Formats: sequence, C-alpha cells, structure tokens
Amino acid sequence: MKRVYVNEEWCLGCHLCEYNCAWANSGVRFMTDALKGRKIFPRIHVEGDSKITFAVSCRHCEDPLCVKSCIAGAIRKEDGVVRINRDKCVGCLTCVLVCPYGALAPAEDGIMQKCELCLSNSFGEPACVKGCPNHAIVYEERGGAE
Amino acid sequence: MKRHVIIGNGTAAVGCIEGIRSVSAEDTITVISKEPHAVYSRPLISYYLEGKTDTERMRYRDADFYEKNAVDVRYGASAEHIDTEHGEIVLTDGSRIPYDDVCVAAGSSPFVPPMEGLETVEKRFGFMTLDDALSLEKVLTKESRVLIVGAGLIGLKCAEGIHGRVGSITVCDLADRVLSSILDSECAAIVQKHLEANGISFLLSDSVAKFDGNTATMKSGASVAFDVLVLAVGVRANIGLLKEIGGTVNRGIVVDTAMATSVPGVYAAGDCAEGYDASLGANRVLAILPNAYLQGRTAGVNMAGGETAFTNGIPMNSIGFFGLHIMSAGTYDGEMSEERGDGILKRFFVKDDRLTGYILIGETGRAGIYTALVRERTPLSEIDFEAAKKIAGSAVFSAEVRRKKFGGAV
Ligand SMILES: Cc1cc2nc3c(=O)[nH]c(=O)nc-3n(C[C@H](O)[C@H](O)[C@H](O)COP(=O)(O)OP(=O)(O)OC[C@H]3O[C@@H](n4cnc5c(N)ncnc54)[C@H](O)[C@@H]3O)c2cc1C
Repeated sequence: MKRVYVNEEWCLGCHLCEYNCAWANSGVRFMTDALKGRKIFPRIHVEGDSKITFAVSCRHCEDPLCVKSCIAGAIRKEDGVVRINRDKCVGCLTCVLVCPYGALAPAEDGIMQKCELCLSNSFGEPACVKGCPNHAIVYEERGGAE
Repeated sequence: MKRHVIIGNGTAAVGCIEGIRSVSAEDTITVISKEPHAVYSRPLISYYLEGKTDTERMRYRDADFYEKNAVDVRYGASAEHIDTEHGEIVLTDGSRIPYDDVCVAAGSSPFVPPMEGLETVEKRFGFMTLDDALSLEKVLTKESRVLIVGAGLIGLKCAEGIHGRVGSITVCDLADRVLSSILDSECAAIVQKHLEANGISFLLSDSVAKFDGNTATMKSGASVAFDVLVLAVGVRANIGLLKEIGGTVNRGIVVDTAMATSVPGVYAAGDCAEGYDASLGANRVLAILPNAYLQGRTAGVNMAGGETAFTNGIPMNSIGFFGLHIMSAGTYDGEMSEERGDGILKRFFVKDDRLTGYILIGETGRAGIYTALVRERTPLSEIDFEAAKKIAGSAVFSAEVRRKKFGGAV
C-alpha cells in the first residue's frame, strides 16, 4: 500500500503542498480560478517551529482511531484508504479529538474533509507529492500491513 | 463454530459484530434489539432535530450491514435473563436463544428522580433514542416554551437541536454550572454565556419541587411556565442482567481488559460496562461512543477466539454548541496550567510528568495530539510541553519520534 511519507530535513516550508491539495480537491480546472483570493482549506498542512518544518496529512493508519470513534459512522477504511462520507458528517470534531497525528481539520463549511490520496479526484495520485519541489514528501511503498 | 448472542443493538454491538467477523466468518451471531431500528448514530438525534441530518444519513452502518455480516437481528425483542445453567438467553416473550457466549451491550437508561406531580405533565419526553426525538419533533411548534431538566451533555445538545423550532428554552440543573461532569466553574461559565447569547435561559443550583400541569415550581420558589418538558437528568448503566445472576457490578457491569465479566461466557461492552480508564488507573463507566465501539470490538475478537485487550480507554468529549467547540479528556488530576487567548481557554492538568487531562474551549485544532499524550501516558519531559500547550503540533516531539510517526507505516 502506497502512502505519503515525510522527509522533514528536505522541507522548505513553502506550503506548495497545501495549495496543490486545495486545488486538486476543488474540482476546478485552473489553479488560479480555484485558489486566487481565497482562504484555502487543504487536507495537508505544514507545521513546525523555527528549526524544522514538515507536512502532515492522514497516515491511513493500520488501526485508525477516527474510524472507530466517529459518532456518525461517517469514516471508514476501504482498500487501505481512510475515507469520509461528508454527507453523514455533522462536524462534531470527534475525529480531531482522537487523531494522534493532528492530521484532520474541517473544511470551510465546518464539515470534516480528509486526505484520500487524490485517488478519487482528477489527479489520481497525491497532488501534494507531485508538486513538492524538494521530495520532502514522497508517495511510496514502505511495507507494513494494510 | 460458536454461537454468539449480543444483547443490544447500538455502537457496542456493532463493534462486537465487527470484532467477531475479523476472526471468524462461520460463527453465528444473533442480536437482540429492544429498539425496532437498525443501528443508528445515537448522538445524532439532536442534529436530526436541528435539520443537519435525516434518518437515512443517521444509519451508523450501511443498510446491508447485518446481511453482509450474517447477523440474525431480533427487532423489538428484549432479553430478560441470562440462563447460564442451560446456556440460553431468555427473552421477555419467554422464547429462548442458545449461546456459547454472550455480550451484554445494553447501554444505559435515563434516570428520572422522583418529582412530585410529574404525571400531571402531558407533554414530557426523554432524549435518548431516535423515537424520543421523533415524538418530540411532533409536538414542537414555533411557540413552544420548553423546559429541559438537566444541563449535561444530553440536555444541552437537545437545547441546541430544538432551538430553531421553538419559542423559548429554559434549562435547569441541581448543579451550579453547565456540563458539570466535564467542566470546571470557569470553563462552564464561558459555555453558559455562549448559550445564553443564543437565547437559552438557565436556572442553576435549582431543581423542580413540584409540577402542576404546565407549571414547574422550583425549590428556589421560582415558577416556570412551559408547554413541553424534556427530562435529561442523567443516565444509569443497564446492569440488571448481570446483577440478577450474581455477576460483579458496580456503577456498571465490571469487566476486565478483555471485556469479560465475572460470569464465565458473559462479556459486556459500552455504556453498560465499567472498564479500565487509563487516565484514572482504575475502572469507570466511560459512556461515550468511541469507548462503546472499542470495548465492543475487543469483546467480539475475544469471543471469537482471538486474543486482545483494551487497556487505554479514557474519558474524552468533543462537543460544540452554536459554533463554540469544547474538548476535554482524561481526569483533571494534578497541577493545572493554562493558555488564554481571545475567546480561548485551554487548561492542562499534569501529575508525575504525565498529562492526566485537559479542557479546551474555542481552540481545538489538532487536539488529538493532547489526547494521545493522555492515552499513551507519554512522559512530558520527552517533549517540549511548554510549546505544546501553546499550539498542538508534532514539532514538540523529537525528530526520532517524528520519523516514526510520519516516515513509517502506522
Ligand atoms: C443525545 C445524546 C448525545 C450524545 N452525544 C455523544 C457525543 O457527542 N459523543 C459521544 O462520544 N457520545 C455521545 N453520546 C453517548 C453515546 O450515544 C453512547 O455512549 C453510545 O451510544 C453507547 O453505545 P452502546 O452500544 O453502549 O449503548 P446504546 O447505544 O445505548 O445501545 C444499547 C441498546 O441496547 C438496548 N437494550 C437495553 N436493554 C436491552 C435488553 N434487555 N434486550 C435487548 N436490548 C436491550 C437499548 O434499547 C439500546 O438500543 C450521546 C448520547 C445521547 C443520548
């Protein structure tokens, strides 16, 4: 199972991954139309302090606590990918309460959204990784169970 | 092949079913469901009244869930007795279901203290089930004056849910503050103020002395005129089935970390159980949905012959009212320190180099990082906790820990 992994020593903190994520999930053809002048709500975010930066997105855990904790039964794991059904989500943020990676944040409407590896948008593979200028995030197989 | 019976059809039951099926495809599963519904998301009944969901989207699992998992559900049936001698569950209609092992996932029942004149109130409701919400919905009008007894999570969620449909809402509670089981006075005051700003009135440190039709006379002497009454005083674990056969019970059915009760072949999970709380270091009823699932799943795996233990359950809550989000976790044991900002209050409780619990109001981003510190009992000296209190993030961990978190399969 391919996942997004972080090489934090190579991260420039440029936030391009956040823009590419927001664009890929907007369904809009051109990046400027999708993002210009808007506050973005990406599913990956850059964290850090004065010394280090790194991008955090869903780990698609082997044993995802968010799936087991969702009070609406809106999150499930299918073929190794943790997905959310936004129709069922009521925005209670219980998944934010339990995710040990701090990987989840709500969308603009207060309803949760999450990284689904761009597998069901027009990009077909993680746009964050594709646009990363320095391989600070990579999409690859590193073993481990599904 | 084993025959499993599950008493109750809520979240703990689903966890149990999925736990059993993760081990065995052949074992038989029978679910005894007092409620005449397929499993639904109980916490969503207030969101239903608010118009944020509907009965279809409230399904906790897909419509074909029972079929896919080969589960025989007896809707509208109720277990009355566990006959351990014959290995049978006796239903209230007298019929019997044989079992090799059974999981009691019977949840809790509303606790209604004796109140004088309660029977004179025509429109009175509980707020625990989908049917409660559906019948409440039928009587509410734009003019309704609603009195809610109980300023806990359920009473306040009800208030938020019906807010847009009624004329006025008054909430009373014997406690001196709202959400008294999870918030201290200062945090509760912030939440109360926010609720009041949204039109909810409170009568705290007060209780109903007497009902007379549409009037409640309070102990303080105040009088409240109302059209609809909602009782949300509290809940009690359904322990009767175990108590009656001499099983160990306390506030809940006492279980070990495998979810086994003191009675051989009988497991318990969810709101009816009293399992291990890692933040307390002792058993306690953890009446929250994530716990119900995790306990149920643990029971199911063990029932089907697998081997697993649930050792890191903790109390935790994420609740929002009218846009204000509140999160809490753990016990509030030890030294308190806090961070404040505009509309933000975060309180942390530290003892013996461990975060025992926290309360967050207004800023809840990435709170799961704090929850994990509580759940995993992470030594705070290993992280930059001062930075963590200001903003939850993974920069507070060592590069080594981060490499594991973000560089490996987890
Ligand atoms: C309004 C409301 C809001 C809530 N909000 C939250 C929230 O935001 N977050 C959170 O974590 N939790 C919340 N909760 C709590 C959460 O719903 C419970 O923790 C969870 O539903 C417990 O699941 P359970 O399976 O243990 O019990 P239940 O869901 O109560 O299911 C038990 C079932 O067993 C049935 N039963 C009982 N006795 C028998 C018998 N003898 N035979 C057959 N069946 C029987 C009952 O009828 C019931 O349907 C909320 C609860 C309510 C009422």
